[in-house]
Amino acid sequence: MAEAAHMEVSDEIAIEIRNMNKWYGTFHVLRDIDLTVNSGERIVICGPSGSGKSTLIRCINRLEEHQAGTIIVDGTELTSDLKNIDKIRSEVGMCFQHFNLFPHLTILENCTLAPIWVRKTPKKEAEESAMHLLEKVKIPDQALKYPGQLSGGQQQRVAIARSLCMKPRIMLFDEPTSALDPEMIKEVLDTMIELAEEGMTMLCVTHEMGFARQVANRVIFMDAGQIVEQNEPEAFFNNPQSDRTKLFLSQILGH
Amino acid sequence: MTDTRSNIAFVRKDPIPPSPPPAAETGIIKWVRENLFSSLANGALTILALFAIYSFLQFAMPWIWNGVWNTSSLSACRDVLDGKTGACFSVLSERWNQLLFGFTYPSEFYWRPALAFVLLFVAAAPVLFIAYVPRQALLFTAIYPFLAYWLIWGGTIWTPVFALLGFVAGYVAFDRLVKQSFFIAAIAAVVAAGLVWWIGGALLTPALSPEVPALTAVASRDLGGFMLNMILGTVCVSLSLPLGILLALGRQSDMPIIKFICVIFIEFIRGVPLITLLFVANVVLAYFFPPGANIDLILRVIIMITLFSAAYIAEVIRGGLAALPRGQYEAADSLGLDYPQAMRLIILPQALKISIPGIVNVAVGLFKDTTLVSVISMFDLIGMIRGPILASTEWNGVYWELMIFAALLFFVICYGISQYSQWLERQLQTDHH
Repeated sequence: MAEAAHMEVSDEIAIEIRNMNKWYGTFHVLRDIDLTVNSGERIVICGPSGSGKSTLIRCINRLEEHQAGTIIVDGTELTSDLKNIDKIRSEVGMCFQHFNLFPHLTILENCTLAPIWVRKTPKKEAEESAMHLLEKVKIPDQALKYPGQLSGGQQQRVAIARSLCMKPRIMLFDEPTSALDPEMIKEVLDTMIELAEEGMTMLCVTHEMGFARQVANRVIFMDAGQIVEQNEPEAFFNNPQSDRTKLFLSQILGH
Repeated sequence: MTDTRSNIAFVRKDPIPPSPPPAAETGIIKWVRENLFSSLANGALTILALFAIYSFLQFAMPWIWNGVWNTSSLSACRDVLDGKTGACFSVLSERWNQLLFGFTYPSEFYWRPALAFVLLFVAAAPVLFIAYVPRQALLFTAIYPFLAYWLIWGGTIWTPVFALLGFVAGYVAFDRLVKQSFFIAAIAAVVAAGLVWWIGGALLTPALSPEVPALTAVASRDLGGFMLNMILGTVCVSLSLPLGILLALGRQSDMPIIKFICVIFIEFIRGVPLITLLFVANVVLAYFFPPGANIDLILRVIIMITLFSAAYIAEVIRGGLAALPRGQYEAADSLGLDYPQAMRLIILPQALKISIPGIVNVAVGLFKDTTLVSVISMFDLIGMIRGPILASTEWNGVYWELMIFAALLFFVICYGISQYSQWLERQLQTDHH
């Protein structure tokens, strides 16, 4: 769509996944995944539950370990080397379905914790930049409250701000709106759209097809641990090729 | 058709303003009727309960009112009572010092443990009420253990001073390096502390004139009474909490050897009665120390009770760790926090909060279990009662008064701990403000 077109995608490779496989015990969850993501790309991953979408993006910051193949994030290969893992994690932000804010810390402390301890940013500086980002997600007035006092939509926006405080180059979203009431989904999607317009590299697991049409430059459909189809959103939604994709789209768009 | 439709259609034009709830019948009559006599059976039970309370008080009140406070032996006490029901509290007024401090602690130095006891509250306040007491007060908390040791045991001031300096050196080393790496910092801290202790203990203390700022030394075997229970309780609770945390984390560790050691330790200690461990401390432990090293009996008992309660606390904290949603670990990981940071900043603050009731349960149990040392002939409060006091010709046979006094002392402390923990739980609630 028009909005997506003006967003730049560079030639620089942000994430390169080659021939990646993962098993949970003997269960083969991810099979021969090949995926190259350029800087500035906005990718939406969809598929039925249990298809391995979440597992795929969780492999990118090593919340899950892959057993075969390679994942290279920002030029650093993910191995069991803890230094590399922490380096990649500090450059890859992640938002979870259930927000996972730290309930014992205030909103501001949630946002400044990682910059202070991982990036060694002075506290004052970290707080200023956190307040700046909280303004961006439109909740600076909640900075001194605790997560339990905020609505779901506000919590998810805090979670986005918390990730952004680390100045990540890549953002992963794992079903960020699935746990939200319908009224709150929009405020979170608006924040994500704004982020996309600034050129952030994004991988989103989501079923918000409107968001996919508006923001994504690529939609990936997964089923049974494999990438079944990927295409530009317009072509993906209007002219799906695989039968599995057609069935899936008819089910989620049918009502 | 149009009629039925217009019957369903509804549009609210004026929002309903909030109004106060109906003025319910209130007052004591209502409360009594609802809570005490809500049915025939409940009314009967209420009357029965009132009768039971009355019969108890009818016996207990004269016993307390007629109590005798100023005789010097049980027989004198009975003479005064002359057949009436009455307690013989004189044993408390005559032997209070032995009950509190033991029978060989020099009476001219009673002010020293008493002062240490008062200062305990000053030192504990900044930790217990961290949001309400200025941070600088924690400095006194840090000094307190060494000050209390010096007050109670006396001797040269250089021993506690160098012990304190060792910890300070360790802390400084740790603080300098912790942002680089937790493990390097931990090793540096141990090395720095060890260095100061070695220099201070082996080289400087003999060189400095040890007698100058010194209190008269009191030997460990002279400590006794409730003071001994307080010392054991306070020291063991404060030491077993950090040790329990380490054991709980070790039990969750990915490293098989560490996990194995922690599991074996916890399961072994939990499988053995505390009494057995105390006998080990008393008799067997000496074989494990180098020959000639005369380790104080109190220290040996402290080690055993600490290990015992640490194993229990570890299991309580493991429950707290398991109760945390997986997402908290993942969020900490995804932000790039390393293991020590994630534990210290995210996981433990929440897990410990969940574990408060369990930890307090262990702490209260441990405090009462310190009376078990009477079995290995240490004269704590119970040891004093069963030993020197009941065995004396004057007070042979005064059970109730002494045991109620002991129960009261323990109850006050344990109830205080329990109330504090409930207050703390309310303080730490961060939702529904």
